[in-house]
Formats: sequence, structure tokens, C-alpha cells
Amino acid sequence: MRPAFSVVLLTTLIGAGQGFFLALFTTEVYATVGLLPAQVSSFFVRGSIIAVVFLCAGLVASFFHLGHPERAWRAATKWRTSWLSREVIALPAAIATIFAYGLAHYLHWTAVLPDVHGVPHDIVPLVVGAVAVVATFLLFLCTGMIYACVRFLQEWATWLTVVNYLLFGAASGFVLASGYSAYQAPGLEGFLVEWATVIMGAALVTRSASLIRNARIRHKSSLQTAIGVRHAKISQMAQGSMGGSFNTREFFHGVTPGFMRSLKWVFLLLVFPLPALLLWAGLLRRTPALVVLAFVVQYLGLLVERWFFFAQANHPQNLYYQVVS
Amino acid sequence: MTQLALVIDLNVCVGCHACVTSCKEWNTSGAAGYMSDDRPYGADPTGTFFNRVQTFEVGEFPRTETVHFPKSCLHCEEPPCVPVCPTGASYKRPEDGIVLVDYDKCIGCKYCSWACPYGAREIDQHQKVMKKCTLCVDRIYDQTLPEAQRKPACVLACPANARLFGDVHDPDSQVSVAIRESGGYALMPEWGTKPANHYLPRRKTRMKIHDDELIRASNPLKKEGKRPKPPITDPSLDDVTSW
Repeated sequence: MRPAFSVVLLTTLIGAGQGFFLALFTTEVYATVGLLPAQVSSFFVRGSIIAVVFLCAGLVASFFHLGHPERAWRAATKWRTSWLSREVIALPAAIATIFAYGLAHYLHWTAVLPDVHGVPHDIVPLVVGAVAVVATFLLFLCTGMIYACVRFLQEWATWLTVVNYLLFGAASGFVLASGYSAYQAPGLEGFLVEWATVIMGAALVTRSASLIRNARIRHKSSLQTAIGVRHAKISQMAQGSMGGSFNTREFFHGVTPGFMRSLKWVFLLLVFPLPALLLWAGLLRRTPALVVLAFVVQYLGLLVERWFFFAQANHPQNLYYQVVS
Repeated sequence: MTQLALVIDLNVCVGCHACVTSCKEWNTSGAAGYMSDDRPYGADPTGTFFNRVQTFEVGEFPRTETVHFPKSCLHCEEPPCVPVCPTGASYKRPEDGIVLVDYDKCIGCKYCSWACPYGAREIDQHQKVMKKCTLCVDRIYDQTLPEAQRKPACVLACPANARLFGDVHDPDSQVSVAIRESGGYALMPEWGTKPANHYLPRRKTRMKIHDDELIRASNPLKKEGKRPKPPITDPSLDDVTSW
């Protein structure tokens, strides 16, 4: 497949925004039961704004993928069958609930949760946040399933796709939250860096699993099934047009196998070891800039990862477009 | 249930592209708007087509065979492109099984083209909507046309009559009989899409000569060749019998 940059940006930006919100809400839940120092509500208000900005940026990027963005509202209608339609609903739902979560903090909605460790705590942000967590996870599920449900794109058609979207999004969000807390709430930084490292480790395991799976994949379709002729040697002589077409543009990434192989190592380096090093260096040397740099480096790596993810999928229609003439 | 479809006889197709050009001519002039082309006479032409004829070589020289392979939307009975459409622009008509795109609802997200293993859908670069074979839905029901012409443009154009059109759910239709009796098959059956269009395989017409047609069974000594001419002095049959 030819990766569309709008979709690469969409999936990485909303992943970071969702993960950031999950990190933010995690610290609040931990603080409620007294495992982390409690933060002032402005910490959560600003955090919600950051998450909403990332999600909205992803939403804006997604419009560039559409031929008719003015009709985008129609895309919410077929949620019964289409994961894309479900994502179109889940993304605004996540934005709205995270916004509501920030609003609850901003307005100090005061239904007080009585006596948890002797500290009264606002229950309204917790409840709204829990709803937003559900929306966030549903959005991860929808985003992953858009790709995992296309069964002939065998590189995508696995549960690992959904897990990878979840873990990559959560990892980049926790790294971003580490940077945010390094400036805004240093007491949370160690906790977030540790969790970011754990999630990155999990993502490394599942992404490696999908890389190994895809390296060993056996494609079900062949030229034999594509044209229905049973012979060991079939070659295309002409694709039916001398010029290119949508079929030759959309489904071929157009880079060399060597470039693809090197790209794999580039993202494996940029997404996992480098940000981990920067995170821990920033934490131990008390240099917040390094933690923010960790996010930037990892985000670049995620752009490469997502590009690779799209390019690696081998569409069976390519069997019909091997030779111009 | 009606399921209109094409049956394409690969044994007959000569690869002349008449179906491609007539398809483009009919559909670019249709009510749904033109099918845009870019640089049609330039160095790098490109455009939207519903139908293409591809050519494959089977075997290795000198034992090769050239297969011309017309490819258009197969109007699957389980179309994978339809459920993925977020707007419902892509739909399968219950009354005749034709898979169509509502160009007024399509947002041009291309997701349906990803979900078609056959590459049957092409986005129009200018109208920014997904396009595909309509089985000439604007023609096959047109009461103003003579009944013989209520067929897809490609079927009417084929000079070799390699394309048949009809209802594959009607067991007595021409297409059903052709599929049943000439070994009609579907493309990429591994995906369970149940394409309605079928292809008829290449067929060889060979004369079968049995061994006993070459070697006479009434010749147990296997001595073939001209029989020795008897000397003129030997009695002939005429000498011993009077018939």
C-alpha cells in the first residue's frame, strides 16, 4: 500500500493524545487512593487541553484524506457494519469526554468523594474521566480494527494490529505526559517514566511479534487464483493500460526492499531504545528538556513506524498490476 | 433472487479491448458524469476505467499460451467493499445484486478500494469519488432501447461474443448453463467473496484416437504394410467360385 500522510498523522496524533489522557487520568486515580501526590486542578485542565489539541490535530489531518471532506458527517451513518464509521463516532466522543473531564476540573464540580485516605476528592472528574477512558479505549479498538478487519491485507489482519495501536499510542502518550509532568508536577515524573518504559517494552514485544509474523507470512492469493489458471508459471504481459492508474498508484509504495528493511531498523531504534535513554537521562539528571526530546524522537519514530505499517501491507490486487506491457 | 452478472469466456476473448473502449464511451457519456482522464495524449496518460483487459502468458516458451483477461467489478454476492463503507455510498442492490456507488454520498476515503481484493474500484481523480462498473445499470432497464440492446455496453461490443450477461441465480439462463456446462469459475475463491461474475476456462478441442484405430485388431500377427501381390498364375477368387 502507499501510505497516506494524512492517515499516518491521524493515527499517530490521536494515539499520542489518547495515551496522554490515559496517563493523566492514571495519575489522578493513583492520587485519589493516596499512592501519588495530589495535583492542583490546573494540572489536569492544561493536560486535558493538550490531549484535546492532539486529538483535534488528528481529526484535522484525517480530513485531508477525504475526497469530499464536506460530506464527512455522512461517515457516521454506517456504524453497524463499518469500523471506519465507528471511529468517526468514537473520535469526537473521546474529544468531547476528555474536554468534559478538563471542564469538570476547571469548574471545580464538587460532588465530593467522601473520605478516601482522609482526603476528600472531587468525584465528578473521576466519573467523567472514567467515561473518557472508555471512549479512549473504544477509539483505540476502532482505529486498530479498521486495518485488522480487512482480511486480504494479511499483514494487518491480526489482533496484533489492534494491540500495537493501543500500546504505541499509550507509550507515546505516557512519554509526553512524562515531559508535561517534568515541568508541571515533578512529583509524578518518576511514576510516569517508569510506566512509559513498561509500555514501551510491551509495545516492543508485540511489534516484534507482528514483524516476525509478517516476515513469515504466506499470501493466500497468487496469480493462479487471481486469473484462475492452474499452471506453475504464469507471467503478466500487459496490465491493460500503458500509463498509470489508481490501481498502480494507491497500492504500491514504490520504494526498494532494502529501503523498507532499513526503515524497520530506523523505527525500532527511534521508538524504543533512544526515547527510553532520553527519558531516564532526563529523569535522573533532572533535565525536563531531555524528556520532551524523548517524545519528539519517539514521535518521529512513530511516523516512520506507521509509514512502514502501511507500506508493508501487500494488497492482492497488485497481482493484476505487475507489468505495464 | 436475481443476481445479474457477466460470464467471460477466456477461450474466446481475443484481447481486442473493444469492451474497454465501449465501456468508457458509454459510461463517460452517462448521467452519472464523465470518467476523467489526465494527459490522454501526453507522455504519462492516466484515467478512470471500469473495465480493463490484461494479458498473461501461461507456461514457458515454446509451450506458452496467451490468456487475455478482461477484469471489471465482479459484483460479489458477499461484497467485502460494501460493509466497510462508512457512509453507505457503496451498496448492493437487493433486487438485482448489482454493487453500486452513490456518487452523491461518497466521501472519497478509498477504504472500499482497500477492501476489494480484485482492484475493481478506481477513484476519479477530479470528481474525488470512488467509481466502478455499474453493469450498465442505466442501460439494461432502459425501456426506450430495443430489448436486444438492453445489455451492458461491453457485452454488445464484444466482436467474439466472449461476454455473456444474465441472471446467474436462474438455473436455466444462458449464463448459468455456460457456468455449469463449460466449467465456469470464480476469481480468488480463497476470500469467500462469492463473485457473481464467472470466467470460462481455456478449452482445447482435441480428436481422441484410440490405439485400436491405428493398429487393426483383426491383424493378430501385427504385420502391416502392403500385402504381397499373388502371382498371376494363382487362382483368383473368380476361378473357384461363381458368386
